[in-house]
Amino acid sequence: MRGQGLAALGIVGAMKSVIAENLSKTYRNGEVKALDGLSLDVEEGTVLALLGPNGAGKTTTVRVLSTLLVPDSGHASVGGIDVVKDPDAVRQIIGLSGQYAALDETLTGWDNLTMFGRLYHLSGAATKKRATELLERFSLTDAAKRPIRTYSGGMRRRLDLAASLIIKPKVLFLDEPTTGLDPRGRMEMWGVIDELVKGGVTLLLTTQYLEEADQLADDIAVIDRGTVIARGSSDELKSQVGGERLEIVVEAEHLAEASQLVARTLGASHVNEGMRLITAPVNSGSTSLIQILRAFDEAKIHPLDIGLKRPSLDDVFISLTGHVAEEVVADDAKTAKKKGRK
Amino acid sequence: MIQTIGDCLVITKRQLMQLIRVPEVVIFATIQPAMFVLLFRYVFGGAIASGVQGGYVQLLMPGIFVQTVAFTLAGTAVGLAEDMQKGLIDRFRSLPIARSAVVIGRTLGDSTQNIVTLVVMAVVGFAVGWRPSSGVFKILLAFLFLLAFGFSMSWIGVLIGLSVREARVAQNLVFISVFPLTFLSNAFAPTTGMPRVLQYFAEWNPVSTMVAACRQLFGTPNHFGATANSWPSQNPLWMSLIYMALIVGIFLPLSVRRYKHASSK
Repeated sequence: MRGQGLAALGIVGAMKSVIAENLSKTYRNGEVKALDGLSLDVEEGTVLALLGPNGAGKTTTVRVLSTLLVPDSGHASVGGIDVVKDPDAVRQIIGLSGQYAALDETLTGWDNLTMFGRLYHLSGAATKKRATELLERFSLTDAAKRPIRTYSGGMRRRLDLAASLIIKPKVLFLDEPTTGLDPRGRMEMWGVIDELVKGGVTLLLTTQYLEEADQLADDIAVIDRGTVIARGSSDELKSQVGGERLEIVVEAEHLAEASQLVARTLGASHVNEGMRLITAPVNSGSTSLIQILRAFDEAKIHPLDIGLKRPSLDDVFISLTGHVAEEVVADDAKTAKKKGRK
Repeated sequence: MIQTIGDCLVITKRQLMQLIRVPEVVIFATIQPAMFVLLFRYVFGGAIASGVQGGYVQLLMPGIFVQTVAFTLAGTAVGLAEDMQKGLIDRFRSLPIARSAVVIGRTLGDSTQNIVTLVVMAVVGFAVGWRPSSGVFKILLAFLFLLAFGFSMSWIGVLIGLSVREARVAQNLVFISVFPLTFLSNAFAPTTGMPRVLQYFAEWNPVSTMVAACRQLFGTPNHFGATANSWPSQNPLWMSLIYMALIVGIFLPLSVRRYKHASSK
């Protein structure tokens, strides 16, 4: 908020709430490079999504920024405070919600929130007030007196998030906030995070879901093998891959004819014989679609499937890294295990 | 400093709250030692000639008390390993609290839980004939001694819990190390029946010195001890205090250091 005020006065540009410069971290005596010269920044009051497959270095980045891990080299600051030199001051202004709901399962939601409140050194009365507020806000009031082990996955994550908001942190870190949730839980979590963002919190979140980054973040940093390989808004990243394209699936016997038809109508076409799929870049999406349908109708070809596709962030990832995210997951499962053995 | 003490107490409170929220745990934690009292009293009690007035149970109770508090280590190790696995330790480490608060709070909480267990065992022991004869002050001192021993053993548990990757590993590790330690002692049977090497081991075993110290404080002659006239068997109270100081002196700094670098991944 302060940054925005100053910016409005024209004194400084937008304040950077989080800055990481050239962070490196290796595990197991250099065998596993978790971070390899990673740099990023988050402007105050904005949301940055760190997007990448398992083992890309997302969690390690969050652990460094939230003072849990000291980097081998590089600098990082949160709220203008150096995370290595003054970790205690950083801990006063951050909230962290990790990959797993980090709660005491035997205690109730209320017990957990009040415990964390006291550990943030709020007074007894302030702790109770804040816990009540947070439970209300995350629709957990009814479950407050139940032990966490009776909670659903989504409820756990919401309470975990609530615990990280006890002190109204200046910077919030969410490490894969929806991993492992069912679609409904994910939607609920998105709603909750969206509201936080509207409230003006500075947020750095990590995710493997391209859709999630698209949905929640102002800015996306694509991360692969410990370094940021692309940075921009969702639209900017998508435009790197190109605009819309038409995708048509037809019966195998019509494939050649249909492909010629598409090439004649739209100027170009690409055929994937195995999938019986014809793709073509288009400029004016719906007009092209109508043209093609008309041409097909005249030629008596009935497409099995036809549609306009905007490039997904999956496409972005492939075009940036040259490999599919899933392949890296398999690859890095070993890396992740290695890290575990540290 | 005052804030750090406050933080420790919040963590301690958490440990004690668990007792209220999950009473099953307390019930099982007390049934087990109570069962041991009854089993040993009636299975071994008849077979082992105790040579003390009031019978085997007089010698047994201090032994079983010490064994129980020695296993405080297990609760601490398993609990911390679980907290690590769940990422709770990460969360604590991201809070603006002293690095020592979580582990100190934990050991205090785990050793305080022993009070409940010890009371139940004492009542069961009394019901089956245990009659300490030394007077209220010394009896209370003995229990204080036991709580202190539980506290110091808990610190070994901290290091184990923060070092293993899975709670089950902690459980097994503790079981195979503490179980023999409590039996290679004077806790349940005379050490004179053991091979010579084991006799020496039993003589210097902290469990033995603790048991001997408790027997002394409860006013029971230590007929299962003295196989050699070694210093620990002559001065069990002092030796136990030295052991506790040594354990805490070594494991507290190691544990806090470990906690600082603890990471769930």
